[in-house]
Amino acid sequence: MKEFVLLFRQPSYDYSQATKEEMQALTKKWQDWLGGIAAQGKLAGNGIRLAMDGKVLSAGGVITDGPFVEIRERLGSFITVKANSLEEATTLAHGCPAIDANGSVEIRPVFG
Amino acid sequence: MKKEHTPLQHLFQQEFSKMVAVISNLFGLQHIETAEDIVSETFLQATETWREKGIPPNPTAWLYKVAKQKTLYHFRRDKIYAQKVMPALHAQQETTAPEPDFSLQNIRDSQLQMLFAVCNPAIASEAQIGLALRVLCGFGIDEIAEAFLTSKETINKRLFRAKEKLRTEKIKMELPPENEIDARLNNVLHIIYLLFSEGYYSTTSNQTLRKDLCLEALRLCLMLTEYERTHLPKTDALVALMCFHASRFSARQTSREAMVLYEDQDEALWDRELISRGMYYLDRSAEGTELSSYHLEAQIAYWHCMKEDTAGKWENILQLYNQLLMINYSPGVALNRTFALYKADGPEIAVTEAEKLRLENNHFYFLLLGELYKTIDPQKARHNLQQAYTLARTQTEKEGIQALIHRLDQV
Repeated sequence: MKEFVLLFRQPSYDYSQATKEEMQALTKKWQDWLGGIAAQGKLAGNGIRLAMDGKVLSAGGVITDGPFVEIRERLGSFITVKANSLEEATTLAHGCPAIDANGSVEIRPVFG
Repeated sequence: MKKEHTPLQHLFQQEFSKMVAVISNLFGLQHIETAEDIVSETFLQATETWREKGIPPNPTAWLYKVAKQKTLYHFRRDKIYAQKVMPALHAQQETTAPEPDFSLQNIRDSQLQMLFAVCNPAIASEAQIGLALRVLCGFGIDEIAEAFLTSKETINKRLFRAKEKLRTEKIKMELPPENEIDARLNNVLHIIYLLFSEGYYSTTSNQTLRKDLCLEALRLCLMLTEYERTHLPKTDALVALMCFHASRFSARQTSREAMVLYEDQDEALWDRELISRGMYYLDRSAEGTELSSYHLEAQIAYWHCMKEDTAGKWENILQLYNQLLMINYSPGVALNRTFALYKADGPEIAVTEAEKLRLENNHFYFLLLGELYKTIDPQKARHNLQQAYTLARTQTEKEGIQALIHRLDQV
């Protein structure tokens, strides 16, 4: 099996306004989706979680502070999965909560 | 096939590991067989003497005294000791012959060192379990063979190779250095976990033996909680996990051979004391930041100690299984996770997830699908149960599945 990285992008959203129940529901969505991939024995790495704030350095030395409301699709996090083909890895991406949030999942093979 | 131990056998089993540990500590681990011989001879003499004169008021003290004499005798007689051990010892402590120290403290220290020596990653894990059962739990070769459902020769060979490794790898009876203790403790905990599982899931029908195995695993782990350096949150978590599982031991087993499924168990047979002990250790395991698979499994087992099905219970179990799978995948955990998903979110969601697992040589997989399709598509449920029936390995399992098919047909 080969390894593929699943990169999540989704519109910036201010989670500080979300209720506890909404956050719980969101966590469940992600955990159930990840658990589903892990249950198939296809989760290779849980990636790293990225915090909401940060900075962006652009040409001309322009520094922007996060949260990145002006960026249409913020990079969320990523995971590594095991699959036999790009098609199979793409199938695993189905049901990713980032897509429900009008975001996208980019599937890229890992060299090696 | 029930085999009860006599009080004397029980005493011997308990004392065997202590005495072997202390004497091995004195002679060095490469002479572990001599230590075993000395202890066996002591037991033989005890059986003969006590049969004639009755059991002494303090049998343990009697055993230690005789073992001391026999150790000295071996020490003086045996050439190996005269030529190899003696010169080494001479250098340290003049001419006085060494004497095994059966003080409570030294027994405990020696047993702990023995635990780390036996669970050395240089030894194959099957052999580690065999060796642990023999020298740490005092099980007989025939009992070990029964637990593993194999022959005495196989076990003897396995033990022989393991002891040879102890010699060739020059494994010493000592605690690992500070910087290695965490990694080595992981291995020790893993072996204890396997020991427990061997007892809990073993296919042998000897119930006394199975329960003994579980209790011994629990005892070894409790031993680790008594030392500061080995008493980590994950140690507590493993103790908690074993307490929770062991609490259901009596309820899982009826007088017949069949295993009683969780849903049909009589709660009154659950051991409340073990459950509350489990809670105590689960509480303590919450210190620190490490979340080991034992933490997750202990929490899952904790939730199973609540018989009532609340929405929160299965949602919690599901999330714990999700986390467990991310650390540690196994087909069994994947199936359990899908069952929890069914209980928490209903059959439709669960069936979609189950179909992705593709564990097509596992009869539990088809059993699960049979359960999930029960209300959605009885025809598919039946088909899956038949698949499970074909794949089931034992007659008892086949009968259980046949009963499920029968129940389905009656609806």
